[in-house]
Amino acid sequence: MPTYNLKINGELVTVTADSDTPLLWILRDKLNLVGTKFGCGIAQCGACTVHVDGVATRSCQLQISLIDKEEITTIEGLSKDGNHPLQEAWEEVDVPQCGYCQAGQIMTAASFLKENPNPTTQEIREAMHGNLCRCASYNRIEKAVAKAATKMS
Amino acid sequence: MSTQENNLTFSRRNFLRTSALASGGLLVGFNLFTACKPEAKPPVDIANLNFNDFNAFIKIADNGYVTIFSPNPEIGQGVKTSMPMIIAEELDIEWDKVTVAQAPLDTKNYVRQLAGGSQSIRQGWDALRQTGATTKQMLINAAAAKWGVEASTCKASKAVITNEKGETLGYGDVVKEAATIDVPENVALKKPSEYTIIGKDAVNVDINKITTGKPLFGLDYKEEGMLYASVLRPPAFGQTLESFDASEAKKVNGVIDVITIGDKVRSFVDKGKSNWTFKLSTTDKVVVIAQNTWAAIKGKKAIKATWKSDKELESTEYQEKVLNNILDGDKFDVRREDGNVKNAFAQADKVIERTYHSPFLPHNCLEPMNFFANVTDEKVHLIGPVQTPEFAAIVVADMLERDINDIQVDMTRMGGGFGRRLYGDFVYEAAEISDKIKKPVKVISTREDDMTTGIYRPAIKYRIAASIKDGEITGYHLKEAAINDNMYGLIPHFFPAGCIPNFKVSTQNYKSDVTTGAWRAPYTNFLGYAEQSFFDELAEELGKDPVQLRLELLQKVKGTADKRIQYSGERMENTIKLAAEKGNWGKAKEGVYQGFSAYYSHNTHVAEVAEIEFKDGLPVVTKVVAAVDCGIVVNPTGAINQIQGGVLDGIGHAMYGNFSFENGKPLNKNFDTYRLIRMNETPQVEVHFVENELSPTGLGEPGLPPAGGAVANAIYKAYNSRLYSQPFIKELEAKKTEVKS
Repeated sequence: MPTYNLKINGELVTVTADSDTPLLWILRDKLNLVGTKFGCGIAQCGACTVHVDGVATRSCQLQISLIDKEEITTIEGLSKDGNHPLQEAWEEVDVPQCGYCQAGQIMTAASFLKENPNPTTQEIREAMHGNLCRCASYNRIEKAVAKAATKMS
Repeated sequence: MSTQENNLTFSRRNFLRTSALASGGLLVGFNLFTACKPEAKPPVDIANLNFNDFNAFIKIADNGYVTIFSPNPEIGQGVKTSMPMIIAEELDIEWDKVTVAQAPLDTKNYVRQLAGGSQSIRQGWDALRQTGATTKQMLINAAAAKWGVEASTCKASKAVITNEKGETLGYGDVVKEAATIDVPENVALKKPSEYTIIGKDAVNVDINKITTGKPLFGLDYKEEGMLYASVLRPPAFGQTLESFDASEAKKVNGVIDVITIGDKVRSFVDKGKSNWTFKLSTTDKVVVIAQNTWAAIKGKKAIKATWKSDKELESTEYQEKVLNNILDGDKFDVRREDGNVKNAFAQADKVIERTYHSPFLPHNCLEPMNFFANVTDEKVHLIGPVQTPEFAAIVVADMLERDINDIQVDMTRMGGGFGRRLYGDFVYEAAEISDKIKKPVKVISTREDDMTTGIYRPAIKYRIAASIKDGEITGYHLKEAAINDNMYGLIPHFFPAGCIPNFKVSTQNYKSDVTTGAWRAPYTNFLGYAEQSFFDELAEELGKDPVQLRLELLQKVKGTADKRIQYSGERMENTIKLAAEKGNWGKAKEGVYQGFSAYYSHNTHVAEVAEIEFKDGLPVVTKVVAAVDCGIVVNPTGAINQIQGGVLDGIGHAMYGNFSFENGKPLNKNFDTYRLIRMNETPQVEVHFVENELSPTGLGEPGLPPAGGAVANAIYKAYNSRLYSQPFIKELEAKKTEVKS
């Protein structure tokens, strides 16, 4: 099996895996970074969202062999102490129900707010529509993203 | 946790027992359900549960910090936060000094560790309060003894006990003594006006772990030497395994072995045992054992299997035909009958009859089914997300012919339940696999596995007929045609039972090979829409406002002597009035269409006003105002979250949920072909609670059943044509095309 050098959450790691292994399973099975979730495996639910050079990407569809020098950030590396404005807003709004999709939601929102620091409600709703929340905590996700945007501006 | 049993105090009449901890501190064990009212029965019949002594614990350390072991599984309904709040309230300790831990399953010591039927808070309410209050009294008694004063002259607040001289002792200072004194009986509980924790927002206790991606869920669990297993089940319902070729699968890097399982489940079923209400598949299944998840998934795809069937496999058209035939026929079980419906219909000025259609629905918990098992000679260790851990332990013990005491179940947080995790099929698979390979193993499912080999909300049809005479509803007949099972026994006594003099509920079912079971708000998830949509039509027929019609009908059930009636006329009236007021019923702006719905289920009364507007030729739900009577609201932020989620879940599935079969095979396999509601399709849901001091009831389910009806009734206002089939989107898309052409 080939060996790959990856930069994940600021650290260089070396993993051995089949070339078609999705980044999702490298993170979860090999690196114990289980905050990135498996939901559908076909990029439809967003539970596996990570940042590749800052851009929200579905890790279930990103084969390890396609990653070169890009910097990967997972929920575990989003902030040092869990205090990214989005993570704080998620607590203030008390967003989660089961909580399973929330890391993916936060990662999508983080990348979105970097591109659009002052979004309208409609822009938030469109930007987040790729992330499913089966518990339908959507009202609060929307509110928390707006709150984080205010904190960051 | 080590305990010293020598300081044990035990009162047989009581539900509570204490012991000193070797590490310092006090452990209080209590029984969550024996202290309940006698009529508080579990909503589901779980045969053969071992009812025993204790099912929850409080640990008070000598530094005064309190750990509350939350006994019930957490599936997103918030009980890991709200149940401990109730104890903390009566114990009189600041919420921030409390740590909440998920208790493991202990089949010897726990009772009804179950998440289902929105019952955790309702059934735990009395016991949780009594435990907190009794523990507080023991600490006071211990302090009083230390001071040599009467306990009645001492008070406790915020974990500090004070005597008349103003001397103080912290809870932690007296835990050692408290462990040795008798458990006091009949301790007074606080009045609701004295609450400082109940009724105040408490954020989800796992919030930081959730937002930073810490391991919490079943799929996150791993241990040294653990292997991964992917199970190939029949692609169509009604099939069994004939043969398979694993040669390609074994070539996949990381695949260790390919085995079959099934004989343990088969012998369990052959012994006449059953899994509660769902039919266990007794086919052999092919299992790929691998070193990692990806290899297990790839290996499974590479299996070439042949499946056989000895009868015709069902398609959706066939199921539709069977259900329609049931409705057109005359073979029904009568579930409730008041007066004489036949006469009322014969004498009526007019009889209105409508039929409502629903598809099967998969649960689609976002965390796919999974479970860890490690079967060794010493014990069977099971870890993962299951709503019925106790029942799973009993079945596994039986299947593997092990003593129940060999089985240990640890619960993880669950990435959604919605009823799917009431069924332990994946636990049995994990146990059977580990038993066979004698290694720790995690069974993992893909989304396709989950969606195509599920235990679905069955397709159901309701035919409702009502007779009108002299401007009154004189008769009402509800017929249910369902797949596999009919509505549970309480539902025939929901609204409008008791409001209409001639009333009948009849049910019949067809036994299918497709496995079906509970799905969030079983039966009422669809019945609520059908009935509330029907009442909207009745109101129009009678020339009455839909809210007014419901209020008039409810007058007839107030103070009823009929003990079978489940809902309260008074509470429903108050709930409807609150929804109408807060939702500005009848005062919609130009271009906004309102629909009303009210439904009682799971002991909670809910009324909803939905508003829709047109966008791109399609009606869009823009706002829902919900009024809820769930008694005392323990944790408002959690309660609002549950109702918002329930309403949106109800709207999402009513609008989009569609699932069909062709020759036994599900046609919808993943989120590209199965539509769930997404953020840009969700209205804002505003939640209001009826204020009272009645005992709290559940919130996980009751928000859902009225939602579809409120939306359908609003859509009717816009289109002037009724929706009789879910998902609504089918008809709405067709109308959109009509409008364009």
